[in-house]
Parts: sequence; C-alpha cells; structure tokens
Amino acid sequence: MNQVFLIAGIFLFLLMFLTLYRAIWGPLILDRILGGNLIGTKAMVLLLIIGLLYDRLGMFVDIAIAYAMLNFIATLGATRLFFRRRSVQLEPEREPQKRS
Amino acid sequence: MNEIVVFLLFLGLVIFTTGTLGILRFPDFYTRLHAAGKCDTMASMLTLSAIAIYNLRDPSWPNVLVSLKVLLILVFLFIASPTATHAITQAALIIGIEPWSKEKR
Repeated sequence: MNQVFLIAGIFLFLLMFLTLYRAIWGPLILDRILGGNLIGTKAMVLLLIIGLLYDRLGMFVDIAIAYAMLNFIATLGATRLFFRRRSVQLEPEREPQKRS
Repeated sequence: MNEIVVFLLFLGLVIFTTGTLGILRFPDFYTRLHAAGKCDTMASMLTLSAIAIYNLRDPSWPNVLVSLKVLLILVFLFIASPTATHAITQAALIIGIEPWSKEKR
C-alpha cells in the first residue's frame, strides 16, 4: 500500500512540473496566478501523501491546512491588485482590449 | 477497504492529469480557467477522501481526529477553490481580455 502512495506522489510531482510551464511562460499575468494556485493545490495533496509515507499524518495535516489557507489568500490578494488599478501592463504580444 | 482507496486515488490522479492537459492545450485564458477550476476541485476531493479512508485502517481516537481534519480541508477547498477561480475571472473581465473565437484567431 505504501508503494501505491509513493507512485501517486511521484506522479503528482511530475504534474506539478507540467503546470509550472503555465506558471512561467504563460502569456498573461493572470495565467501565472492561475498556475501558482494550481501548484499550491497539488502541493497540498502531496504534503498529505508525504505524511502518509512517513507515518506522521497528524503532523502533516496541520501544515496542509495552513498551506491551503495561505494559497487561497495569496490568490485573492494577487487578484485584488487588478481591481484597484485598472490598467496593468500586460505582455507586449497581446494588447489589452479596452471595454468601452 | 484497500480497493476503495486505490480506486479513489487512481480516479483523482486521472482527473488531475485531465486538468493539467487542459491547462497546457486550451487556446484561451477563459477556457484554461474552465479546465482548471473544476478538475482541480474534483480531483482534490477524490484524493483527500482516499487519504482519509486509508487513515482509518486502525480506528483509534487520534486517527479519527486526523481524518476529521482532512475532511475539514476538503470542505474548505470546496468553498475556496471556486472562489479563487471566480476572483481570477472577475479580474480578467475588468482588464478586458476578449474571449477566444474561431473567426478571429
């Protein structure tokens, strides 16, 4: 049973690398925020799996709760930045279309 | 018991893979949000319930408490993850990103 959780953890780690592509080379800034959010969710599940592998789930579950809340607040804070200042500089290849 | 855990874990990993493929391959920002928001919430639910069930293999009182904490994370994710996706979508609408359509490319 430990083998199954080990394979699942390695697979989740590879999926986090695939998501990192969108977090680094995403065409918009919001794509990067989205990639960070998804990596945070996968990292939380990976923390619980690591806790099962080390047989100390009682310690790791508290870290996972803190990580989930931190991820949520970071995403909300990063998007609130766009509410305040209407014009945020985007990447040069995609000009923002102004809503009249 | 173990079969249920393996099935839930496998299903969760499949849905995680689907969400990641959608993030990598979809052409537009809104479609990527569509793939990300739903797949991630569902896969987290399946994987966390698999962990919570596997932790109850010897049901002593601290293990039950830890499983309750895992369920607490699950409930929190069900509220928080769609809220974060909605906030990102609202920010995109305020900036003024136009949705992708086939004619415009």
